[in-house]
Amino acid sequence: MTIGAGEDTFKELTVEELRAKVGTGMPIDDPEEHMLLSMGPQHPSTHGVLRLLVELDGENIVNLAPDIGFLHTGVEKNMESKTYTKALVMTDRLDYLSPMSNNLAYILAVEKLLGVEATPRAQAIRVILCELARISSHLVWLATHALDLAAMSVFLYCFREREYILDIFEMVAGQRMMVSYFRPGGLWRDVPEEFEPAVRQFLDFFPSRIADYEALLKDNPIWLERTKGIGVISGEDAVAWGLTGPSLRGSGVDWDYRKVMPYSGYEQYEFDVPVETDGDVYARYRCRMREMWESLRIIRQALDKLPQGPVNISDRKIVPPPRSELGHSMEAVIHHFKLWTEGFSAPEGFVYQSVESPRGEFSVYLRGDGSPRPARVHFRTPSYVNLASLPLLSKGAFIADVVAIIGSIDIVLGEIDR
Amino acid sequence: MNLDNLVVEKIKTAYPEALEEIVDFRDERTLYIKQAHIKNVCQLLRDDPDLQFNFLTDICADDLLPETPRFAVNYHLVSMPNKYRLRLRVRVEDPEKGPETMAELWPIATWLEIEVWDLMGIRFKGNNSLRRLFLPEDWQGHPLRKDYPLGYEEVQFSFNWQEIDAKKPYAKD
Repeated sequence: MTIGAGEDTFKELTVEELRAKVGTGMPIDDPEEHMLLSMGPQHPSTHGVLRLLVELDGENIVNLAPDIGFLHTGVEKNMESKTYTKALVMTDRLDYLSPMSNNLAYILAVEKLLGVEATPRAQAIRVILCELARISSHLVWLATHALDLAAMSVFLYCFREREYILDIFEMVAGQRMMVSYFRPGGLWRDVPEEFEPAVRQFLDFFPSRIADYEALLKDNPIWLERTKGIGVISGEDAVAWGLTGPSLRGSGVDWDYRKVMPYSGYEQYEFDVPVETDGDVYARYRCRMREMWESLRIIRQALDKLPQGPVNISDRKIVPPPRSELGHSMEAVIHHFKLWTEGFSAPEGFVYQSVESPRGEFSVYLRGDGSPRPARVHFRTPSYVNLASLPLLSKGAFIADVVAIIGSIDIVLGEIDR
Repeated sequence: MNLDNLVVEKIKTAYPEALEEIVDFRDERTLYIKQAHIKNVCQLLRDDPDLQFNFLTDICADDLLPETPRFAVNYHLVSMPNKYRLRLRVRVEDPEKGPETMAELWPIATWLEIEVWDLMGIRFKGNNSLRRLFLPEDWQGHPLRKDYPLGYEEVQFSFNWQEIDAKKPYAKD
């Protein structure tokens, strides 16, 4: 049986000769012997189409360079040719695992530029949906992260619960993923009657499901072996490299935009920001797991004191009139026609709005020039910035650990390439 | 003293010529800084014990086409100890001679500047990593500029199928 061409040559070598050839006889850090490996773009553990150029010394990583752009769709350019309302649908496609927080960031920026604020009810519903999106996004992260490290069953459990959340999204927005539910000045429409019972049911059963995931992974020796002490970054480095979200909080830096620069009424809710100090893959895993509990707390509070009232502001220059008014009000017809053809105009100026997406700081820079179209939209996406520290995190690690490290910074390629 | 005023005061004392204009819009403060001074100002903001702008969150560029100077680069800084955000805006006359790189102050700047170069075509002095990141290496132009057209593809119907098909860039043989 011959496996490769080199088989026979190896058979003739003595053990000492073999050791001299491949073992300790060779200077390990001789750059001439380094190997360049192209990982991806079609690789299951890169969570999309990410290509990594890895320089290897044996199994150790000497250097690593991410190569991105395979999903570049020119979202920022495209939005400049659409009205403020129509451009919203593009934001869903950035971080497709948590479209709600992208919508929220963009909508808050538009509202800031217009100088309006959503009604209390709309704000509370936005918070509930964003926190549900955070949980669903963390579930996909946990599922794929565990799958990368060969824990198959976690994947199945996580996707079962995510399905429930997506059903809630479908109930309110008519879409499971590309929701576009938040609109300038409020929401597409009020939530249906079944919304509250469905979320309450979720709040009832989900804590026991988190306990299931914890039982599968938290003290699992294989999981600990693969994640503890891997991909360590200090808090100082993490700030200098612009890490945000759970990746930053895993390094002991208490920084959460929901707390430090509250938006959409987050200051009314009582919750903690989970912080871990080790800065390794396991710490980031712990942060996200504990965040799910905090999200549940926020949802419960928001649901308990969900204000009554309209979900849209009454300014007809921004929010289109309800269908019922079109039959008997000429003014409503005019507003309807103007808003759906021309759109509303925003004043000249630029604003910047940050929200805490499941991955970190998601910010929108929006410049208006007095016309109904944004003059410039720029997204500061957490995945793009977090990816920059990947070479730092994986230097000296084993090639197998890169998979764990990519999973732990939780990137979404749609958001990186835009 | 209010941090708003403190920042302005510190910049004015250290670099009296650096500050061009102060704009307040929707509770956000923007400081227009002269391109030649931007690095010094950033250094000051980062290292001053009262300010401590230790976090560079974003660099993004703007094309203001009919105006001159045509380009502007925004630096969004955050002071974590003070929980304070500030925007520095630099007007850029010649995109080939853009502002200095901030890589020495915040390592993330290199990565953010590559994006600006790729999509807007502003070259940062001292950044040797500028390359095509999102777009293919042989791409011409910088798509986020206002004079770069949005591309459309003509729709294929039965009557013009052949005509369009002949022009499509399929791989040859």
